[in-house]
Amino acid sequence: MTQTRTARLEPILLVAIGGFAGANLRYLVDTLVPASLLATATVNVFGSFALGVVFYEDRFSGRISAPTRRIVATGFLSSFTTYSTFVVGAVTATPVIGLCYVAGSYALGFLGVLVGRALVRPEGGGR
Amino acid sequence: MRIPPAQLVGAGGAIGAVLRYLVGQYVPSERFPFATLLINVVGSFALGLVMFVPVPTDTALFVGVGACGAFTTYSSFSVETVRLWESGSPIRAGLYAAGTFLSCALAVGVAWALAAVIW
Repeated sequence: MTQTRTARLEPILLVAIGGFAGANLRYLVDTLVPASLLATATVNVFGSFALGVVFYEDRFSGRISAPTRRIVATGFLSSFTTYSTFVVGAVTATPVIGLCYVAGSYALGFLGVLVGRALVRPEGGGR
Repeated sequence: MRIPPAQLVGAGGAIGAVLRYLVGQYVPSERFPFATLLINVVGSFALGLVMFVPVPTDTALFVGVGACGAFTTYSSFSVETVRLWESGSPIRAGLYAAGTFLSCALAVGVAWALAAVIW
């Protein structure tokens, strides 16, 4: 009984710890980078790259444990990056800046995932 | 008592991340990332309210930067779009990428309208 309850609570605690740290680091970047749109684009692109590495490493090698995935991917990286701040920034910017911001974030975010995948892809390829 | 901003953002972030995890447990997303889409739309609406309704700075940090920022996620969105594309569904990938932006922007617009009417 206690075992089961602990096992059910563990993922939630790991996600919470990762989420605390990820949100904090995002706030730090926002404090350090003078332009708020640039700060959000930076965390989103870097976080997409890092999640690409973790996701494909797990997919190709299967060596990332469930607790690691929860604290790093679901907790830390997913909280470090943010879609809500991105979209509020896009719709409140001037049209030209908003368009560049959305196009740039999308292109570099997807590119980040592909670069992450390329880094961990085994020699023989694989999907 | 003055609470350090990092504590507010971190605590909000922990709550947002756990809520996102729980939504992911209950919303089926095998063929299409419905969970992340729902999370990003709801979180964008909530952040819109925090931005357009006059709230104290501490509330904005805790709920807006922390909880809404961490609840919604850009990295999962990027990876899921690439996954849809490489698994042979470029149309679904395009729909997901464009649909997420449009529905989140609409959610922010609804939040703005609601805030303008009520406050």
